[in-house]
Amino acid sequence: MRAKNILLGFVVATLSASAGHAVAAGCPTKGVKELTGAGATFPYPLYSKMFSEYDKTCGVKVNYQSIGSGGGIQQLSAMTVDFGASDGVMDEKQKKEAKGGAVLHIPTVAGAEAVVFNLPGIKRSQLKLTPEVLADIYLKKINNWNDAKIKALNPSVKLPDLAIAVIHRSDGSGTTFIFTNYLSKVSAEWKDKVGFATSVNWPGDVGGKGNEGVANSVKQIPGAIGYVELAYASQNKMDWAQMQNKAKKYLDPSLEGAAAAADIANLPDDMEVVITDSPNPAAYPISGFTWLLVYENQTDAAKGDALANLAWWMLHDGQKYATPLEYAPLKGAAVKKAEALTKKIKVNNQVVLR
Amino acid sequence: MSDQTQTIDSRFSSGSAARVAHHDTRVINVGDRLFYRVTQAFALTVILLAFLLVFDLFHGAWEAIQTFGLKFLVGTTWDPVQRQFSTLPTIIGTLVKAFNALLLAVPISIGSAVFISFYIPKWLRPIISYPIELLAGVPSIVFGLWGLFVMVPVIRSLQIWLKANFGWFFLFNGPAVYGVGVLSGSVILAIMIIPIITAISRDILLTVPRPQIEGMLALGATKWEAIWKVALPYARVGLFGAVILGLGRAIGETMAVTMVGGNSFDLIHSLFDPVHSMASQIASEFTEATYSLYLSSLIYVGLVLFGITIIISLCAQVLIWRLSKGHVAVFE
Repeated sequence: MRAKNILLGFVVATLSASAGHAVAAGCPTKGVKELTGAGATFPYPLYSKMFSEYDKTCGVKVNYQSIGSGGGIQQLSAMTVDFGASDGVMDEKQKKEAKGGAVLHIPTVAGAEAVVFNLPGIKRSQLKLTPEVLADIYLKKINNWNDAKIKALNPSVKLPDLAIAVIHRSDGSGTTFIFTNYLSKVSAEWKDKVGFATSVNWPGDVGGKGNEGVANSVKQIPGAIGYVELAYASQNKMDWAQMQNKAKKYLDPSLEGAAAAADIANLPDDMEVVITDSPNPAAYPISGFTWLLVYENQTDAAKGDALANLAWWMLHDGQKYATPLEYAPLKGAAVKKAEALTKKIKVNNQVVLR
Repeated sequence: MSDQTQTIDSRFSSGSAARVAHHDTRVINVGDRLFYRVTQAFALTVILLAFLLVFDLFHGAWEAIQTFGLKFLVGTTWDPVQRQFSTLPTIIGTLVKAFNALLLAVPISIGSAVFISFYIPKWLRPIISYPIELLAGVPSIVFGLWGLFVMVPVIRSLQIWLKANFGWFFLFNGPAVYGVGVLSGSVILAIMIIPIITAISRDILLTVPRPQIEGMLALGATKWEAIWKVALPYARVGLFGAVILGLGRAIGETMAVTMVGGNSFDLIHSLFDPVHSMASQIASEFTEATYSLYLSSLIYVGLVLFGITIIISLCAQVLIWRLSKGHVAVFE
């Protein structure tokens, strides 16, 4: 009798231990074989890789459509997809319009944006820019490369007498959101005149379609300046400027810089923070998260379980695919907060992951 | 009345020949009626689709129409952050690029059509026509890519030269170094509509009756005079129709123009300024229209584009109606 009790206890203990282990590994435990998501284009190359690996590991097909952050938010609000993805935080109105209630913003990776330029004789990292000067350039207050303000930052560089052609995105994008958010933080005039969003009323000049369009315009137009995702800048071998961060250090755009921007104290619990102009001394100032958008209160137990596990997997096992594809994996405090958010996913008021 | 018809019927159906005739008529009637109904259904479906399209456009644009009204058409601010939308710059951008494209394309197209129809031997016609028709089938995005990588640098050099030598002229007094802008947009549109206008014009010109031209030649005209004074005026209605078709494509063209147009929301002052067209604006911003007024404003832009297309089409109809009242012929 006693032996039976001990044996029973042992079996129960092993089972619960292994059940816990299965949850931590990140595969859905309730038989869901398919998930649908839609949203941001910025993380699409990474998500593509992650989801194909997830299929190999867990046998779950995740169908992700990169229709843009705005589209992702809309589809999630209408509950036509299981999860959304966005480079921008949902605003109050959007949160109210979400049919399924509260939305969790779970960051998955971080990225950096390079400020690229086209100047004869000046190569990558040879140009230094401060946030104020960058804002003035984009506000069309500084119009020529040989302006005194730019010269003051680059005394040893031969700046030509060339008009500055400001290139921006013609399509709405999370890349624009991060860039304009940065400019709003460092320039009160920008915040007042233009503001930040996925699409804004630019003071000038040329709009390119997609990161490719901006990269192309900058490469073709002498005197151009633009902003692109780091991956585009490095793969197209473009010249970028060193940006001065909040700690007054000049840094090249890099994955380490983006990860450092995310690794700061006092990250808010809801992680709805744009990590531009980060106070970390090693941080690259124009960095941002990309988020997975998931409803906090799931109605379907199996789906809720699958989503929580997917998010957990993306935050742990999935992170190893980030660096080869030029995304910055989450580290330190950022991961802890993201994990906490993932654990908030509930089905009928019961937390899915423990 | 029905009694009478019945009697007639029975009288006719009495003989075997009459029976056969009766049977035949009925078969023809059923087939005919079926054909009539089916084609009627198709026609009604098309008309219904057109109405549905207009209705859906209005429905989608309703929020923006209520918020902005007609100010939408004359304001110059497109600000998604402040939630202020208006499209005068893009309306002007669309129309300017389209009409510039016509200016460039029409002489080339009609000239090519004349050459193909009147100057080359008959066996050569399909050979020369084939590449032109091939060009008509090239997808817009391919034109866009080619335009961005090949055409724009050429236009940039041209613009820099024009500005250096004729910069005093207001049309050339703009940012020449961008490359992308009104001029690039117009040129790529011109290249895209040349095949359409050429193909249709060639067909139209081939329908000009030979006696008309031969009569003119018999009266001592040169070939050039015969074409210019007889063939072209005779065909002017059809040629005009071809031009309108080309204009329609130019106004609605999206991808190619987005890639080489410059995509700015400011009013244009010169040929070198970058500017959006309505179609490229909708295509660019649609996926990231994150709130309903934004989306509604974009649909309103679509409605305006639709309206402009209809107005141009109506004007074209009126002009064609007036043109066709006087048919130029040698023998009146």
